[in-house]
Amino acid sequence: MTSRAIALRIVPVELLAARRPQRMVERSVMFYRHAWLILVSGFFEPLLYLLSVQVGFSSLIGEVTYDGVSYDYAEFVAPALMAAAAMNGAIFDATGNVFEKLRHSKLYDTVLATPMTASDVALGEIMGAVTRGSLYSIAFVITMWAMGLVGSPLIVLAVPACVLIGFAFASVGMAFTTYMRSWSDLEYINAVTLPLLLFSATFYPLSAYGGWSWIVYFSPLYHGVVIVRGCNLGVLEWSMLGNMAVLLGLSWVGLRFTARRIDGLLLT
Amino acid sequence: MSDAVIIASDLRKQFDNFVAVDGIDFEVRPGESFGFLGPNGAGKTSTMRMIGCVSPITSGSLTVFGLDPNVDGSEIRSRMGVVPQSDQLDPELTVAENLLIYGRYFDISRSECRRRTVELLDFVQLSDRANDQVDPLSGGMKRRLTIARSLINEPELLLLDEPTTGLDPQARHVLWDRLYRLKQRGVTLVLTTHYMDEAEQLCDRLVVMDEGRIAAEGSPRNLIDRYSTREVLELRFAIGENDANAATLEGIGERCELLPDRILIYDDDGEEALGEVHRRGVDPVASLVRRSSLEDVFLRLTGRALVD
Repeated sequence: MTSRAIALRIVPVELLAARRPQRMVERSVMFYRHAWLILVSGFFEPLLYLLSVQVGFSSLIGEVTYDGVSYDYAEFVAPALMAAAAMNGAIFDATGNVFEKLRHSKLYDTVLATPMTASDVALGEIMGAVTRGSLYSIAFVITMWAMGLVGSPLIVLAVPACVLIGFAFASVGMAFTTYMRSWSDLEYINAVTLPLLLFSATFYPLSAYGGWSWIVYFSPLYHGVVIVRGCNLGVLEWSMLGNMAVLLGLSWVGLRFTARRIDGLLLT
Repeated sequence: MSDAVIIASDLRKQFDNFVAVDGIDFEVRPGESFGFLGPNGAGKTSTMRMIGCVSPITSGSLTVFGLDPNVDGSEIRSRMGVVPQSDQLDPELTVAENLLIYGRYFDISRSECRRRTVELLDFVQLSDRANDQVDPLSGGMKRRLTIARSLINEPELLLLDEPTTGLDPQARHVLWDRLYRLKQRGVTLVLTTHYMDEAEQLCDRLVVMDEGRIAAEGSPRNLIDRYSTREVLELRFAIGENDANAATLEGIGERCELLPDRILIYDDDGEEALGEVHRRGVDPVASLVRRSSLEDVFLRLTGRALVD
């Protein structure tokens, strides 16, 4: 009993209460089997991003200096867009889709009548969003490679990095969803993700922000961009552990919040 | 040690400053079918949710299968089936998939889920709709699918919250028939209803709930014997003449209830009472002698009609 009490203090309670989160993923797979068009549509976003980079920016900009080394602009910006796509995909999945199941189809009420727990629902839905997002990340890397935008074989590490980005944004997004009252509340998501996309050292290096660069550190997406970009440029640094820690922390807080909120909302 | 499936004592449920369940005691024994009868807002659904381990109790005590819902919620839920008031089917999945994935939530293997899905769809007569989407199904079909879903884990206890509300008479009879078969197989049924005929059809024993409390408990027959007469005489008068006639009718039968649209006279012999009504020169627009039902029990206990 005491050892269990101690374990409960050390190990996150929500993760202990999660026994079969994979069932939520299984359910999503079942759904996408006959809604595969929805799944496929997600592949076009990265493609469009990359085309705009290839055709537009790089012909205008050419080279960019990052960490004292000069790189081709497309190689510099493509990984940042990959990180942004991971963010967008995860948030989209964890807000609109989750809102529907939480408030309208009452899926989670149904699930909670079985041995499944609120933690299973929270972790499972976040895992689902992350799984779907990883498919797109893999597609993104393949597309980058086909367009000649891959700078280093380390780019394969960008896929797990994007899983982490996806986890962070899906869990925070889902926590936000538990506070949503109506569909129009989705506007808040755009109000947050657009500035993040524009001001996370996505399109230009941190040095370009001058005296304001400290603000960029507050963008979770920035920490994702740093890691994914490092992978593509073949530069891995110890400081990236710090970037990872930020994303892990965010994932953890979001997950904890979500599980607690679902418990409070549905198990009344 | 009692072998009861559910034991509640002084069970309460309070939301902020509203008391939904106000100290109730009951026991449900294995294999019996037990009903909560009462109007909307009587606390039936709150009680069901506490039994279903999706709503923490405020005070008192509750055990299900001898376990504490607070501690062993998952374990308890794994052994029971739940049919919620609003079916809550998964609209993104087909009829068969709704059962398959539900079984998976219980950790039942895929092949076993498939086997049970075929069997259950047959049981609720939906085999030909297996691959259809859920939305176009009729209300009765959705309800049957929800019942099939609740059976996927072969539960020992089945909770049904207003199983036939909103269904047409034929769909209700099909459903009652299926529930009766389950009862014969030894499944313990706990249901809520505000339909008297349903309670009389399905329940071995029931409690009448009103405003969060239990007003009476017993078998349908026993409650009728205790709280009503064998027969009831219903009299209808022209609009506005109820009150005037009520005075003249005083003393006929054991008891008299004045409702907005009719007068009920409780007497073991309804025809005899009707004769007396005529002898007093009262001439109702319509009269009817019927057997007492739980409706009358409810009226007696609470002074109010059950379904308005």
